[in-house]
Amino acid sequence: MKMKFATMAVAAVMAAGPVMADLVFPSLSYRTGPYAASGIPFADGYADYFTLLNERDGGIGGAPVRMVECETGYNTEKGVECYESTKGEGALVYQPLSTGITYQLIPKATADGIPIHSMGYGRTSASNGTVFSHVFNYPANYWDGASGAINYLLEENGGNLDGKKIALIYHNSAYGKEPIRTLEELQKQHGFELTLLPVDHPGQEQKSQWLQIRRDRPDYVVMWGWGVMNQVAVQEAVNIRYPMENFIGVWWSGSEADVIPAGAAANGYKALTFHGVGKDYPVYDDIQKFVLDAGKAAGAGDQIGTVQYNRGMYAAMLAAEAARTAQEIHGTADITPAMMRDGMEALEITEEKMAALGLPNYGPAFKVSCEQHGGPGLVGVTQWDAAAQQWNVISDYKPTDRELIGRLIEEDSAAYAAENNIEPRCN
Amino acid sequence: MSEAFLYTVEVFLNGLMAGVLYALVALGFVLIYKASGIFNFAQGVMALFAAMTLVGFQNGQVPFAHLINATFGLHVTTFGWNLHSTVAVFLTVLVMIALAWAVQRFVFRHLVGQEPIILFMATIGLAYFLEGVADLMWGSEIKTLDLCWAVGACLPQGGNLWIEQATEGLGGEGFYGFFIDSLDIVAALVAMVLVAALVAFAQYTKQGRAMRAVADDHQAALSVGVSLNFIWILVWSLAGFVALVAGIMWGAKSGVQFSLSLIALKALPVLMLGGFTSIPGAIVGGLIIGVGEKLFEFLIGAPFLGGATENWFAYMLALVFLVFRPQGLFGEKIIERV
Repeated sequence: MKMKFATMAVAAVMAAGPVMADLVFPSLSYRTGPYAASGIPFADGYADYFTLLNERDGGIGGAPVRMVECETGYNTEKGVECYESTKGEGALVYQPLSTGITYQLIPKATADGIPIHSMGYGRTSASNGTVFSHVFNYPANYWDGASGAINYLLEENGGNLDGKKIALIYHNSAYGKEPIRTLEELQKQHGFELTLLPVDHPGQEQKSQWLQIRRDRPDYVVMWGWGVMNQVAVQEAVNIRYPMENFIGVWWSGSEADVIPAGAAANGYKALTFHGVGKDYPVYDDIQKFVLDAGKAAGAGDQIGTVQYNRGMYAAMLAAEAARTAQEIHGTADITPAMMRDGMEALEITEEKMAALGLPNYGPAFKVSCEQHGGPGLVGVTQWDAAAQQWNVISDYKPTDRELIGRLIEEDSAAYAAENNIEPRCN
Repeated sequence: MSEAFLYTVEVFLNGLMAGVLYALVALGFVLIYKASGIFNFAQGVMALFAAMTLVGFQNGQVPFAHLINATFGLHVTTFGWNLHSTVAVFLTVLVMIALAWAVQRFVFRHLVGQEPIILFMATIGLAYFLEGVADLMWGSEIKTLDLCWAVGACLPQGGNLWIEQATEGLGGEGFYGFFIDSLDIVAALVAMVLVAALVAFAQYTKQGRAMRAVADDHQAALSVGVSLNFIWILVWSLAGFVALVAGIMWGAKSGVQFSLSLIALKALPVLMLGGFTSIPGAIVGGLIIGVGEKLFEFLIGAPFLGGATENWFAYMLALVFLVFRPQGLFGEKIIERV
């Protein structure tokens, strides 16, 4: 009898434990709380792409994908709890989807040997792979965003911004302050006048800032906002009749949710991007067939093709391709987090590869290396068409000021290395 | 007149308008606190819930659609009709009354006689519960609020052109006329009507007098036959109605979304300043906070301190008032004798 119980107990434990061949991808999502409107489509895109791989290809390299979702509510403490509660499942890579959570996880994940991918957010200087061995932020970071916005405005003004007035309206947080240093450096180079307008969390009340914009009449307004701050800013810009084509937001201020509440008057508002918009890509036919029609979509299926859904799907695609690279490097389908890190460091995204995945011209081609975890920093610009209710790409992915950004990254990462006694690697 | 002076006046006027919006949120807190001594932490979430319910009714959204679809394998999202705003507002008021009854019946009836801190904790629980229900009922996506009572007569958006053009000539070339948001003007008018109605209700109706009696002394009110249960349902219903008005005004600015519940943060300094038990106090407190924070940001915060001083200033001002007048400007000074 004892033997029978023991056998049953072992069987139960084996059944309950993780299947070793599964590739575990945690999804630190926020489907509730003040930022849910952006968190839900991202989480849906992330989940649906992995579901597609399982349903269509049987996983990655023959190994099925298991996605473990944990609700953070965009709260840093909850995000860290999610990390702690899921890392034991064999998590291959974390995409925290929050700069605050990313900052907290950098030392923890590095110590645990689990890579982090903070795509377009997080600690910008983490793109220096010689200091941040386990953190990746390809294909673009905040400082690329700041430089990309100025480059676009230079292009609009025949290469000369001398004497122009540019206002930065930003979320008064570590995230919102990220572009300031870069913009101040660019101000010296190009001779424009920069005005800084911080907005306190959550950003529901911005009357003072927009009255100042109305008084100062800047030629351009650049926005680093998130959540309700974006919708209120777009509405306030409409209220003071600020020309929307001169108002440009970072990629976290450029989703449908940010412009739809302001209605037709939001037409012409611009936002930066590092990936494609809309759903005119072959991969969506597969998602429709293998995920939606099969009733396996993560959400209601109404978010497909939206900016945040696309971004989530893109993040999942980059994770899947890194896992595939890791499998090729190590000759096994059953990869560990350490192998995944190697895969991320050797990741190469080419246009041919993107086209084969059903995503032609969806994002920039790039190659990650031991030194360079940040990708090429190519930034495009999109514009909102209120009548068609869609974003259109109006400027292709273009290079940013890599010399300046490289210098700033070097300075910041060197300070981090000194604070944490990190010996530079990649020699 | 100098441009600097004119712009200061513009900031002052916009501060008044912002203050009215803060006061709208604070009013709900005051109503409940005055009648029951409960600091209702859920007031902000009530505004969110009311606004979401209103938009849900307007758009003919099926409540709990995700839950229904997941449970029964259906794909229903809307009933296929759009309700007129007036009908939707009426139905939302009914929902808020039902909510008031449920809150009283299932929560506070069981907590009669408990310490204020217990009642406060219950409202924290209520806030989280209500937020979850709102999410489950109407979904998390941002909704656009278009409130129209007749064809072409909707809540206005944008700066008031008439005021702008009429005042343009007051200054030189660098002055562009006073900017006043049309929605803020409507909010100010609505707030005035609301306060007048609430004061009239409290002064001249039987229920209003009973409400004031309960606010003064529960035991004495009970002894003369006032139903505590009914009065509390009435008060929570009124607070629900005020929450709906606040939700409409704030939701029209930013879209109806979950961060709407955070507007409660704007009401706290107003309450500390105006007093927790005074309806006029909420209005005056709101105006002082609105004008004070906007002027401080304009004259000191932005030029000398790097900006974003409004929240800080509002709470600082409230703190100063707390030190010198703990009951607030219009609050009742309670002296307990041993």
